Amino acid sequence: MTTVLSYDGSFQGLLSAVFYIYEHKLCKVSIVRKENSHPSFFDIEEEIITDLEKAKRVWKGISKKISARGRRKIYKAFLSEIPTIENAILHFIQRTFSSEVSIEDDFSDPLILEIDKVSKKVDREKHRMDAFVRFQLTVDGIYFATIAPDFNVLPLNLEHFKKRYADQQWIIYDLKRTYGIYYNLQKVEIIELQISAEINSTTNALTYFTVDEMRFQKLWGIYFKNSNIPSRKNMRLHIKHVPKRYWKYLPEKKN
Amino acid sequence: MHFDRIKEKLSILADAAKYDVSCSSSGSQRQNKDKGLGNSSGMGICHSYTEDGRCVSLLKILLTNHCIFDCAYCVTRKSNDIKRAAFQVQEVVDLTINFYRRNYIEGLFLSSGIFKNADYTMERLIAVAKKLREEENFNGYIHLKSIPGASDELMRQAGLYADRLSVNIEIPTEKGLKLLAPEKDRKDFIKPMEKVKNEIIQYKNEKKLLKKVPLYAPAGQSTQMIVGASGESDAEIMYTSAYFYKSFNLKRVYYSGYVPISHDNRLPAIGSPVPFIRENRLYQTDWLLRFYGFDIREILNKDYPNLESDIDPKLSWALRNLDQFPVDINRADMKMLLRVPGIGLKSVHKIVSMRKYRKLDWENLKAIGASLNRAKYFITCESRIFETKDRTAAQLKGLIISGSESKFKKELSPQLNLFDNHSFRSA
Repeated sequence: MTTVLSYDGSFQGLLSAVFYIYEHKLCKVSIVRKENSHPSFFDIEEEIITDLEKAKRVWKGISKKISARGRRKIYKAFLSEIPTIENAILHFIQRTFSSEVSIEDDFSDPLILEIDKVSKKVDREKHRMDAFVRFQLTVDGIYFATIAPDFNVLPLNLEHFKKRYADQQWIIYDLKRTYGIYYNLQKVEIIELQISAEINSTTNALTYFTVDEMRFQKLWGIYFKNSNIPSRKNMRLHIKHVPKRYWKYLPEKKN
Repeated sequence: MHFDRIKEKLSILADAAKYDVSCSSSGSQRQNKDKGLGNSSGMGICHSYTEDGRCVSLLKILLTNHCIFDCAYCVTRKSNDIKRAAFQVQEVVDLTINFYRRNYIEGLFLSSGIFKNADYTMERLIAVAKKLREEENFNGYIHLKSIPGASDELMRQAGLYADRLSVNIEIPTEKGLKLLAPEKDRKDFIKPMEKVKNEIIQYKNEKKLLKKVPLYAPAGQSTQMIVGASGESDAEIMYTSAYFYKSFNLKRVYYSGYVPISHDNRLPAIGSPVPFIRENRLYQTDWLLRFYGFDIREILNKDYPNLESDIDPKLSWALRNLDQFPVDINRADMKMLLRVPGIGLKSVHKIVSMRKYRKLDWENLKAIGASLNRAKYFITCESRIFETKDRTAAQLKGLIISGSESKFKKELSPQLNLFDNHSFRSA
């Protein structure tokens, strides 16, 4: 029989589950997000209560054994929200605790390679958001952007945008996960908003955005068109770099 | 801002700047200062890609496309009958800031046709960069063109505001330059490059002694060569490139397959294809020099003046040096691992970290993404199964080509080419 531990979807929740496993010396065990939990008749289900202290202790233990880069990898893999990733992370942590030396580069272990690959995918999506976020200046003077990334990368993008746009107010809002980050010229806050479904439609644009905003989008479109060399056209390469699912963010790709 | 006027200028001056392929925004160390705008201390970012598949990272424009020179290969040459325009300094500043605030770009790449003379032009470029830095507290990336023949004093100033400076030598050989741009002298290109190189060295030395030294062109210098406009061999191009890397500590040399833009009979006619494969092979060679520890003489020399188009240059080198293989993946040093066809930088790093834990077999190599269809003929690993047959270079080449799918399949197929030529002629 497998013990299925369900947790609240937070990183601390996941680490609390790891603590629970060591505390109760569980062997056949699986960790799932509460919303993904569908225990079978033969499983034992336990609900984990997130405990910040316990989570901290696990993280401290990991920190003694692996590098900062290795720890970032775990966190990034977690942000992928892939349903089975918790068990790969658990395996990574268990191998970390049972080994004298760091195991973070042992890519011959399929689950460690998996963590490496997933964290790279998350990194790539983070980098894409750094690139494809397009701010629009609202009538209240805030630079506003919406995104819907494949993974929950906003926590990773935060630092980059904070350093870069230190003298303007901005919001980046994740429509898929219904939360955003707001920089108010002092610090970045997590916010939840009621966002109209038509915010990105061109017909109502002037309700939300300034006249100059529309002009700069037009100028950007002109620049984009004129920097292309038609005799070198290569749509396959173009789409490889900007997959179609990202076109919705980009004013230059809206006709 | 007068939008309609800007629109027209932008379309003309972006169009005129697009043949410069550099769009890199990486390698600077400029951090956000006093809560101003921008930061270019991270890695480069491509904010978009044009339909030709090239990265859009910077606002790449000319200040003006008026030009006193008449270089045959250049679209803004004096004798070309095109629309001319010129930006005012403030207009470029406003465009840059407003594009940057919306996260369209990493910064500005400003070049220009030569109006009046070299110094007058260079001064205007510097004025834009100075205004961005000092009046707008802009810490994004700025790439300025060094105008051939500009004075040392101006080049010193330019480096204080710009992250990168570049001079395009364009034509790889002096005889080609004489033919296509008789008014230009190689020395004029080299002078500003030399000055910037020396300033960079000096600022680096001062930094060792003093705490606060201003940044001077922190992302270094680059240049560009046009490929296929003046009949030069791959060896001529790459030896020039290697010389510039070495003598001027360049960060990058770009290769730009010539896009026909003129009916001048000294140049390939309009309609002739852009040499994509050749351009790609040159970049691969450039990578071998910069990251894989190759010396240019190993790849191109008197016996092999040109790169093979149907296989990459590393494979080509390996086939000429079969005596150095097979390489034992579990024992070879990094230098030799880097020379194995089908194993790239990332795979080499993974192999070196993995083999601390265990001896590697074919499965391990496959899992990390090495291209075994090429590599398997050149390596041994923890397995009893490996390619033991003694094969000649020609046999190996045939095997590898038949077992792989090139992205240039269409361009490389002889039948198709023949067909294309026929259809062009009859049309």
